[in-house]
Amino acid sequence: MDVLIPQLLNGSAQGALLLLAALGLSLTFGQMGVINMAHGEFLMIGAFTAYLVQRVIDSSDVSIPVALPVAFVVAGLFGLLLEVAIIRWMYRRPLDTLLCTVGVSLILQQAALQIFPSQGVPVEKPHWLDGQLNSFGYNWPLRQLFTILLAAFCVATLAAWLKYTSFGRRIRATVHNRDLAETSGISTRTVDRITFFVGSGLAGVAGVAASLIGGTNSQMGTQYIIAAFLVVAAGGIGQLKGTIIAAWAVGVALSCFAYWTTGSLAQVLAFILVIVFLQLRPQGLFTVRTRSLA
Amino acid sequence: MTKPKPWLSLSGIGVFAVLLLAVAPLVLTDHWLNNLGKYCCWAIAAVGIGLAWGRGGMLVMGQGVFFALGAYSMAMHLTLETAGDRVPGFMVLYDPLAPLPAFWEPFRSTAFTLLAIVLLPVVLAGVLGYALFKRGVKGAYFAILSQALAVALATLISSTIRETGGDTGLSDFKYFFGFVLNDPANKVMVYLIAAALLVMCLLAVWQLYRSRFGELLVATRDAEERVRFLGYDPANVKLVAFVFSALMASIGGAMFVPIVGIITPAEIGAAASILMIAGVAFGGRASLFGPALGAMAVGWGQSSLGSTWPESWTYILGLLFIVVILFLPNGLSSLPARFARTRRSAAQQPAPAIATAELEGVRS
Repeated sequence: MDVLIPQLLNGSAQGALLLLAALGLSLTFGQMGVINMAHGEFLMIGAFTAYLVQRVIDSSDVSIPVALPVAFVVAGLFGLLLEVAIIRWMYRRPLDTLLCTVGVSLILQQAALQIFPSQGVPVEKPHWLDGQLNSFGYNWPLRQLFTILLAAFCVATLAAWLKYTSFGRRIRATVHNRDLAETSGISTRTVDRITFFVGSGLAGVAGVAASLIGGTNSQMGTQYIIAAFLVVAAGGIGQLKGTIIAAWAVGVALSCFAYWTTGSLAQVLAFILVIVFLQLRPQGLFTVRTRSLA
Repeated sequence: MTKPKPWLSLSGIGVFAVLLLAVAPLVLTDHWLNNLGKYCCWAIAAVGIGLAWGRGGMLVMGQGVFFALGAYSMAMHLTLETAGDRVPGFMVLYDPLAPLPAFWEPFRSTAFTLLAIVLLPVVLAGVLGYALFKRGVKGAYFAILSQALAVALATLISSTIRETGGDTGLSDFKYFFGFVLNDPANKVMVYLIAAALLVMCLLAVWQLYRSRFGELLVATRDAEERVRFLGYDPANVKLVAFVFSALMASIGGAMFVPIVGIITPAEIGAAASILMIAGVAFGGRASLFGPALGAMAVGWGQSSLGSTWPESWTYILGLLFIVVILFLPNGLSSLPARFARTRRSAAQQPAPAIATAELEGVRS
């Protein structure tokens, strides 16, 4: 147990980060059938935003809380731009959007490499995240608790927004049946744009959290994107609860495998785990039930 | 798309073969011939991607995995051949008494190596494809899982420095099945093998495309449910195409090693796999020559522009993806047909062409 519990916490923090990254993917994939490979770069944009905010506001105690909403908006605007400029032309060709956004991600990575120092930039951690919380006989690092709380807050807000606002209702209607939603007078185009904004914005928030844990550089998006996709595949599309459980499971699995073996072997094992899981449940954990052939 | 005339394509392959096998060795310098050999290896893999993606609709984003199986099988054999009875140099770097890892031992045998290059990708693609296609995993799921596999394998190789050379990869091969690799005549021979394999892959794909299997594959791509209702199992059709494409990637990888002289995880990871896709998309995924020629063009860009201006090359590559996929989903190979259509409609009835354009504007 002494080994398992820290791994569980570590994995939960990793899962929380994955969850923030995967939420946007799962939303846009579930709703529009669009896979956005540039999503990892939106995470990178969020991390660089944290750095830039820190250049303006010196004190890291203040700058990180400020950076969170700023990163949400900046990454969200990038997502909106992507939707308006490219993705809206390709809704009938979902597989092709995947490739098109690969191109976008290459360009964004190269741009980041040229704008910022190639070895990456330092993001200072706020002092109130140093230290640990002593309770139940364990030392819980505050940084990991912060990531978990941040993810919990974002998910709760998103869930409430989806469930209780009229806008959320429109999104759910579009996910369930796009044609019927449109016939009922919902502007699915507007819904798509807002979903894209929110999904990309969440990646930006994930980026700020990631900048506190690991390095901030132009390649950081690629580290998270594959794991985030595995989460989406395992969780089932268009469902919050599936994404949450899958993110937590993949995070804990990665963390435990990495403890028992090595970090790279952990990736391979997690990948095999997801493949095996898809054998049992090819549509993911939870699915939106429809009568269409799929 | 109009149905291509089979004999025209066959004579096209003939012209291509003459250019690659007879003209190129006479005209090109040693350096460029070697480069062309490298492009041929990518083109072999690209022909396979064209089969799986262009004809079969399976976006294989992780062909680097199968490329790696062929490449590392070959590289392990060549390393052992170079090292002779001793343990390869990089293994004893940290520990002078390190034994040869057990999985290296069989690669001493030429027959085993050749068999591994063919069988490893077939078995892996078979198992993976069976597991995924039978359970109806397709579209973006399949694309992402295949890419995840490429990332996983690349990180696995990077982290096993003692067994596989890690990030530095395997290099410094002196012999190729008994031939000295430094000898210019042998270099030409290695090039000719790669070029001949490319031509053979094109012939194989040409035959596949005009067979009933080719028809069934396209039908599965366009309307999988209808194929199922007609009594076929789409999973089997896809599986065969996927296995063939894996085999081609492996052959390309195997020839890559003696021609380029080094194999590293960077050549097989996500970025490399995406580069292979870029060539296929650029040339025309569903056409016969498009994937091969596109891969050669992108390969040329990568090794010439990519080394002189790495920054602008990345931008060009990114833009290439966006522009080609957005405006020319069937790549450059669809341009002639498109021009012909425009000219025909302009000559015959100019008015309806405009009307259609307007209609499309309204619809989107």
